[in-house]
Amino acid sequence: MKNKKVSLNSNTILLLITIVLFIVLYGMGCIMYGNKGFTHLQTFLNILITNAGLICIACGMTCVMLTAGIDISVGGLVAMDCMMIAVGLNKGIPAPLMVGLVILTGIIFGLVQGFFVGYLEIQPFIVSMAGMFFTRGMTAVISTDQVSVTEKSSPLYYAWANYKIKLPFGGYMNNKGKEVLPYIRINVVIALIVLVVIFFMLRHTKFGRSLYAVGGSEQSAAMMGLNVKSVKMKAYVLSSFLCSIGGICFSLNTMSGSVQQALGLEMDAISSAVIGGTLLTGGVGNVIGSFFGVLINGTISSIVKTNGKLASSWPNILTAGLLFMFIVIQSVFAAIRSKKTR
Amino acid sequence: MKDKKLISKIKKSQLLLPVVAMLLVMAVNIIHDAATGAGAFSFFKITLQQTTGNGTILYGRIIDILNRGSEAALLALGMTLVVSASAGTDISVGSVMSLCASYCCMLLAGYGVSSVNELAKPLWLGIIAGILLGCLCGAFNGFLVARLNIQPMVATLILYSAARAIGLLVCNDLIVYVRNDSFGFFGSFLGPIPTPIIITAICIAILSLILKKTALGMYIQSVGINARASRIAGLNSKRIIHLAYIVCGLFAGIAGVVASSRITSADSNNIGLYLEMDAILAVALGGNSLGGGKFNLAGSIIGAYTIQAITTTLYALGVSTNQAPVFKAIIVIIIVAIQAPPVKAYMRKKSLSKTAKGVA
Repeated sequence: MKNKKVSLNSNTILLLITIVLFIVLYGMGCIMYGNKGFTHLQTFLNILITNAGLICIACGMTCVMLTAGIDISVGGLVAMDCMMIAVGLNKGIPAPLMVGLVILTGIIFGLVQGFFVGYLEIQPFIVSMAGMFFTRGMTAVISTDQVSVTEKSSPLYYAWANYKIKLPFGGYMNNKGKEVLPYIRINVVIALIVLVVIFFMLRHTKFGRSLYAVGGSEQSAAMMGLNVKSVKMKAYVLSSFLCSIGGICFSLNTMSGSVQQALGLEMDAISSAVIGGTLLTGGVGNVIGSFFGVLINGTISSIVKTNGKLASSWPNILTAGLLFMFIVIQSVFAAIRSKKTR
Repeated sequence: MKDKKLISKIKKSQLLLPVVAMLLVMAVNIIHDAATGAGAFSFFKITLQQTTGNGTILYGRIIDILNRGSEAALLALGMTLVVSASAGTDISVGSVMSLCASYCCMLLAGYGVSSVNELAKPLWLGIIAGILLGCLCGAFNGFLVARLNIQPMVATLILYSAARAIGLLVCNDLIVYVRNDSFGFFGSFLGPIPTPIIITAICIAILSLILKKTALGMYIQSVGINARASRIAGLNSKRIIHLAYIVCGLFAGIAGVVASSRITSADSNNIGLYLEMDAILAVALGGNSLGGGKFNLAGSIIGAYTIQAITTTLYALGVSTNQAPVFKAIIVIIIVAIQAPPVKAYMRKKSLSKTAKGVA
């Protein structure tokens, strides 16, 4: 019993560190680039808009990582989704049908991956690596060009992408003395709904708790009467499903499809989850942490972009540095915990 | 009776899978060549060709595969040790390769210079520095895995995303060209034979000699099978895991230098891209368990060249570079599905019931 309390504490501390770090980073940005509009609410909302897809994907990644698995196929799947949408819309397929098709593809893809991981007991890394190759290749099979969605190809989808949901607060006066209200886009709403749903699912549903149980100890979970194989499979289906939703959010933001799209997105999602306190060994983690991990990633790239002089490789290096820091903190906590249990 | 024993011995052999895969690839090539009327065995044809520089070089598809597969084979060597010792994969090797290539070219060209014909620093310095940087990256990974007990994949994730970016930074966001024949040597030809093949052969020879002549190979395997038991038996498990990562970094460094010498430039964005996947795949294809423990170096090497052969064959069949991964993915899934424990158990059950029926 006592043991459980300790582990709970160290996890909350990790989450707290993540949140504090985000606030510090954002504060730093505000102080350094206040004159460039960093203090405006819109800057924060822009981070949400560009990273809406990543939030969905990180939620799915967290669920998979809770079962001690990993899914590196997400980047490829997003590229494939974007390409499917772009090509499909240009061929005149109605947007709602295309969205449904993309989600269906995601679920089928997840079923296949989940079957290999859960029932054939192949290492998740290898399976999702094959998944990554497959989706990237399929993207090229669909089209090797850079296809963009214009208003002409699908007015409905174009309207979705450009629909601004104005917030009733946080506006500022522009040069002409007119109040400019901050806005968000549809993809942010989707991402936040996904976040809340997954948060409650992990907390209060049987499936959510079984994810933690399987990740904590597969053997104990099996002894408890859980169907470990099916839980694992469902985790991958969920991940690919959320990834498809993320892909749609991504596509709403970029409005194009190309083979090179979303390159390295899987690592962004994994590092967001790890920074958010999810352990790759499974059983520990929370989507709220992953959400803040995504925000930290977004803030870093936003700061680098606002600076304008720094090389484009700095966000990668800084994120890797943070990842290093969090991993070391986690390992220190793990060492303390194992000492206490001894 | 004797036949059956031989068959079961072959069945149990680790090398069965990579060799069968290799034979399949060759078969596909032969059929394709015969179908297109290029002569059924043109795949195996090796000819001497006159180059513009008044030299003769070996030319043929097998030579091409051996040449192009050098980097993957080098990485597979290190990856085998890492997988065996730590039951995890080093996903940073591709990025580390790129970093080493960038650093080496930066030293040879000078910082911020994008193209040179004359070397700014002696050649050996650049090469050694590039390879040492690889060792350093390996040491960093090894420190995280061995000393801090971090999962290998997470630990190497750091350099996976950072190394390529640092490489870009080192090169000042430029593609550095070192247009010098002495640097290009490592990617071109020594006499009639491509240099990368020779370098790989030397590396394979040295590593296998070390593993054969010293107890290192056994140590690595025993640590991989059970780190705690090995420690109790008196092995310094942490040091051995650390060493495995350093060796992996070393080979990544060598591969990086070879790859940059091949194109006489440091293209940070493209050198070693997805090569870590090829290396891991080579290890898995070689019949090595990704769960650590026993390893088979020969299997990994054959695996690496098989993957290259698959890639080359796909190109020969007219599949574009971007589309090739689809087939690679399908091949990977088939290979690992054959090796999956439930499938194996099912097969065993089936063969058992067959023999039972035979007895009855």
